[in-house]
Amino acid sequence: MAEIVLRDLVKTYPGAAGPATDGVSLDVADGEFMVLLGPSGCGKTTLLRTVAGLELPDSGQIVIGDRDVTYLDPRRRNLSMVFQSYAVFPHKKVADNIGFGLRVHGMAADEIRRKVSWAAELLQLTDYLDRYPAKLSGGQRQRVAVARAIVMNPDVLLMDEPLSNLDALLRLSFRAELKKLVNELGTTTLYVTHDQLEALSLGDRVAVLRSGRIAQCGPPTEVYDQPADEFVGGFLGSPPMNFLRGVLVEDGDTLRLDVGSQSIGAPRELRPYLGQHIHLGIRPESMVAAEPGETKGTGVLRGTVQVVEPLGSSVLLTMDTAGQQLKVQAPAGFRVDPGSELALDLPVDTRRWYDPESQLLLEVR
Amino acid sequence: MTAETASTSRVLPPVDRAPLRRRKWRRAGVQAACVAITLFMALPLVFIALAAFSGRAALNEFPKSLVPSEFAVDTMTSFLAGTGTVPALGNSLLVGCYTVVLSLLFGAPAGYALARHTFRGKDAYQLFVLLVRALPIVVLSVPLATMFLNFGIYDKVVSVTLVHTALAMPTTVLITASIFVSVPTDVEEAARVFGCTKLDAVRRTVLPLALPGLAAASIFTFVLSWNEVLGAAVLTLGHRTLPAQVLASLAESPQAYRFAGGFALVVPALVFIAVMRRYLLNMWGSTLR
Repeated sequence: MAEIVLRDLVKTYPGAAGPATDGVSLDVADGEFMVLLGPSGCGKTTLLRTVAGLELPDSGQIVIGDRDVTYLDPRRRNLSMVFQSYAVFPHKKVADNIGFGLRVHGMAADEIRRKVSWAAELLQLTDYLDRYPAKLSGGQRQRVAVARAIVMNPDVLLMDEPLSNLDALLRLSFRAELKKLVNELGTTTLYVTHDQLEALSLGDRVAVLRSGRIAQCGPPTEVYDQPADEFVGGFLGSPPMNFLRGVLVEDGDTLRLDVGSQSIGAPRELRPYLGQHIHLGIRPESMVAAEPGETKGTGVLRGTVQVVEPLGSSVLLTMDTAGQQLKVQAPAGFRVDPGSELALDLPVDTRRWYDPESQLLLEVR
Repeated sequence: MTAETASTSRVLPPVDRAPLRRRKWRRAGVQAACVAITLFMALPLVFIALAAFSGRAALNEFPKSLVPSEFAVDTMTSFLAGTGTVPALGNSLLVGCYTVVLSLLFGAPAGYALARHTFRGKDAYQLFVLLVRALPIVVLSVPLATMFLNFGIYDKVVSVTLVHTALAMPTTVLITASIFVSVPTDVEEAARVFGCTKLDAVRRTVLPLALPGLAAASIFTFVLSWNEVLGAAVLTLGHRTLPAQVLASLAESPQAYRFAGGFALVVPALVFIAVMRRYLLNMWGSTLR
């Protein structure tokens, strides 16, 4: 058990145009489940590999526990890793795969057997210990990889997109199982994924990465509800956050955002932006769609339905509002025809405001 | 849409079986080609074997029968009793095995480096490695013979081994490089994370996984060494390898001797391939085909 401290990690691959990680600093508390989330090429895997010692940083520092491990050999860092491709050893039986690290460390044979059967039990692999990985399914192979990692009783558990090679149904069940397992073990975990659902469901905290930098780091609900910038809002959520562009104008002693010929109320903290363009961010599921005329007020925008997509648990509407496209998630029973007009209620506490230049969240309250 | 409307009772065109027939014909064609190629390769071997185990009289019969009219070992025994045959056979086996060991010992690390690392001049190196094969063996052999005479290792197993290793090196490097490329990097990295040094990780994970490929490379090398005659003929005198021995005594030997020599040349290579085949096709419960 140990905390991880990353300071100003910079890593540029030879021949690459820019750095893969660009001054990343991150503190992971002892026993915390930290998820690194980002699109492909954002540097999340590089960061994980740097922590593992498979890549060495150009500058910066890595501390695990109270030990500086920045340039230490992977084998001396007392950490375990689960690879995206499982990376189980095809030429070793399941039992020997799980016990590999223990054997390399020179543990006694009966001690190895005891620990292997403990890990196999946890991951329901007891019946498969005598098989070669070639005879296992993908999900079972990934279980072997996880068992091999936890049997080491490591300070830190690193996982590089461990679920991405599994089919959708298996991913869902293994995700919950993994969460339970890591919770019980209480191992500090660094988990890389590009799947936002995985990140939100697993992480104690989520660090969203963008081109080698951490865009936002916080608890899943905070990252989802209060995206620190438009990138995070646009990356998290399916469909992602909507951004409406409008001009901030004064209306008596209140402010409002003019979107085309319509307008919507804005908080007074935005006064410095008076007369300027500003972006309103709102989640598709936050908006309430209704027949026009039913609702009125400062929080209502009207739009034309362009596409109706029934998704089973909800109905996804693609709307046109003053020339800007909005995705709206309506309840499953919602019936509307393309081309018809709808009123959209945007509740005040779900509106997020962004500076159009820096794309950063503007603090209002 | 309900289940009842999922299919209608419309009249469909008859099933067109022509593509199926064409596929059958194509497969028959492929089979015929396979048989033809196999016969092309195997028939000479069969005739050599027949001739090697027939009596003198049967040798001159025409047309040849595909089954031996009589089983006679006197051709083989007289060949094996000939001066230098048995020692030459031993020399050839030694040279072949040493060459396999040496070329893998030096070639496989080079192949690994080519597969895993990017370094300056990598492409040039790959080309350069092939250069040895650009020179005719005869051109190489004569200066080498002089050199070996100076060093006092002329006419020895070690000198032929060195030449064969040099000849096998380019193919060994390139074949092993492509083998190591096919071994996933993360298996090696997993071993390193779980406590191995870099060398240890290669020994424990990469080498076992590369074994089928290394077996293939060694077959290639062994057969190359076993069949190589020009260099061996120039570089040896009293301690010939079998091909060199057969070549040297070919002109003044009876026809039966030639067939026996041919048979003796073919068999060990076939045995070596048969042994290595096991590693090629079936490993750790997963069949590579």
